[in-house]
Amino acid sequence: MFRFILRRVLQIVPTVAVIALIIFVIFSVVPGSFATSLFSDGRNASDPALIARMNEQFGLDKPIYERFFAYVSDLAQFDLGTSFRTRRPVVELIGERMGASLELAAAAMLFAMVVGMPLGFIAALRPGSVLDTTTMIGAVSGLSLPQFWLGLILMYVFALKLNWLPSFGYGDGSLKHLILPAVTLGVTPLALLARTTRACVLDVLSGDFVRTAFSKGLSEAQVIRRHVARNALVQIVTTIGLLFGSLIGQAVVIEKLFAWPGIGSLLIDSVAIRDIPVVQGTILVIVLWFLLINTVVDVLYALIDPRIKQE
Amino acid sequence: MKFGFSLIFGAVLTLLVILAGLFVPWLAPFDPVLDADLMSSELPPDATFWFGTDGQGRDVFTRILYGAQISLTVGIGSQIINTMIGIFLGMTAGYWGGWWDDAVNGLTNVMLAIPSLIFALAVMAVLGPGLVSLLVALGITNWSWTCRIARSSTLSLKSMGYVQAAQTLGYSDLRIMFTQILPNMMGPILVMASLGMGSAVLSEAALSFLGLGIQPPFPSWGSMLTDGAKSIQLAPWAAIFPGLAIFVAVLGFNLLGDGLRDLLDPQMRTRKV
Repeated sequence: MFRFILRRVLQIVPTVAVIALIIFVIFSVVPGSFATSLFSDGRNASDPALIARMNEQFGLDKPIYERFFAYVSDLAQFDLGTSFRTRRPVVELIGERMGASLELAAAAMLFAMVVGMPLGFIAALRPGSVLDTTTMIGAVSGLSLPQFWLGLILMYVFALKLNWLPSFGYGDGSLKHLILPAVTLGVTPLALLARTTRACVLDVLSGDFVRTAFSKGLSEAQVIRRHVARNALVQIVTTIGLLFGSLIGQAVVIEKLFAWPGIGSLLIDSVAIRDIPVVQGTILVIVLWFLLINTVVDVLYALIDPRIKQE
Repeated sequence: MKFGFSLIFGAVLTLLVILAGLFVPWLAPFDPVLDADLMSSELPPDATFWFGTDGQGRDVFTRILYGAQISLTVGIGSQIINTMIGIFLGMTAGYWGGWWDDAVNGLTNVMLAIPSLIFALAVMAVLGPGLVSLLVALGITNWSWTCRIARSSTLSLKSMGYVQAAQTLGYSDLRIMFTQILPNMMGPILVMASLGMGSAVLSEAALSFLGLGIQPPFPSWGSMLTDGAKSIQLAPWAAIFPGLAIFVAVLGFNLLGDGLRDLLDPQMRTRKV
């Protein structure tokens, strides 16, 4: 098992390296630089000498290959560089905001699990029923909703009209501020989880061992608890892991809409002013998080199902 | 062959959006840009302005109809690019194997690890806002699943008798791929393309919301939604209707994709995910 885990962890390294290269190349061909973008709003006169001095200060005047080697060698030491705007280490900036992003992703996932799994489960137990049809229509609708539009409508109803919840911001970190962004972000995983749960439970229900359990005289509740739920959960847990891994990347727009101080809004703000070290760092962290969660899911799956490890 | 509810309803919704986009000059009661009138700004829906007016007094219904053109162009255009990249890479990887297969597999894994919206955001930041940039950004970032499907289909199809017969007849590799293999895997590819169109429309709206999509005053559903968000307290209809338009179009593409999948693989009907 140790070798399996080590192999999975090592597989992350080349993927991250290629992604780092792609991100570096993309942002090295950006026309203009942080210095020019500072003066692009017309409020400050663009002085070529000042721009040249700033480019020199940030090392942007060096040839691209030199910058790439410096970037790779910093990366190997877990140094994501220094922000052009704040002059603070990118790791520090991301560290400050990662907590809020994780909090939002975890709350959204919890909402999706608490609502989506029971709905999918009940729908599968009564296929073709009104509840099944309603759940599946709701699920495909949830997958088709523009998330930030839903957030906007929720904000309009619950914050502006009913005045029950704050419309945006992190506030004092209380639950009230978390509810609207978490529900908005959680709708897509909820829909996916309801569909996955339904499909997994239907698959398990058609298994021979379920028929055998019924023929032994076990009640429906006993069969569901002992045989169906346990077997279906293995796949459902995998889906939950994968969805959780991708949520931080998907939260970018929601964080911006609700002014949530996570790494998504940090990324958007940094793209706007071409603070390239922060953009590169946040994208890398989002990708790394996704890969790490994938690896943890793979390892957990192998622990639960020994056939995976043998493959 | 049984046509399910998803397929019919999805096809009807998609057709409605396509018709709206095609016949907009005859359907729209006003001009989407020039008919701005501050005297009639933020009017609620009535008999003249079915979906109300926005902050600059433009008819929201007209702008939604024109927005359909842009959303369809982005959805269909980006999926054509994605599908072409996915088919070419997946089919050649599956057919040739070896180092090319390893390279394509590696690249596909890398692409799957980057959330497509984040990647599109990075590409848009480089190319700048606009329709062509959107097509490129969404067209080169979402081909991984098509590539995987094309590769696995090619792997199973290349051992078929008719492919081996074509090899014996001395057909070139590319001719075999495009005349013998490609037509036989178009079903699952079309399903992916339909589902991908929905996600492209959603991504266009998200990128426009972040200020990287279609720029004002041209109406795209995403930019209308962004404008509407600013005045949601006084004129909620300016945000509600563009969002509904996105929802209807994406629902149409998704149901069409689901329906096609059911039609092509009846076993999926009961256990679809």
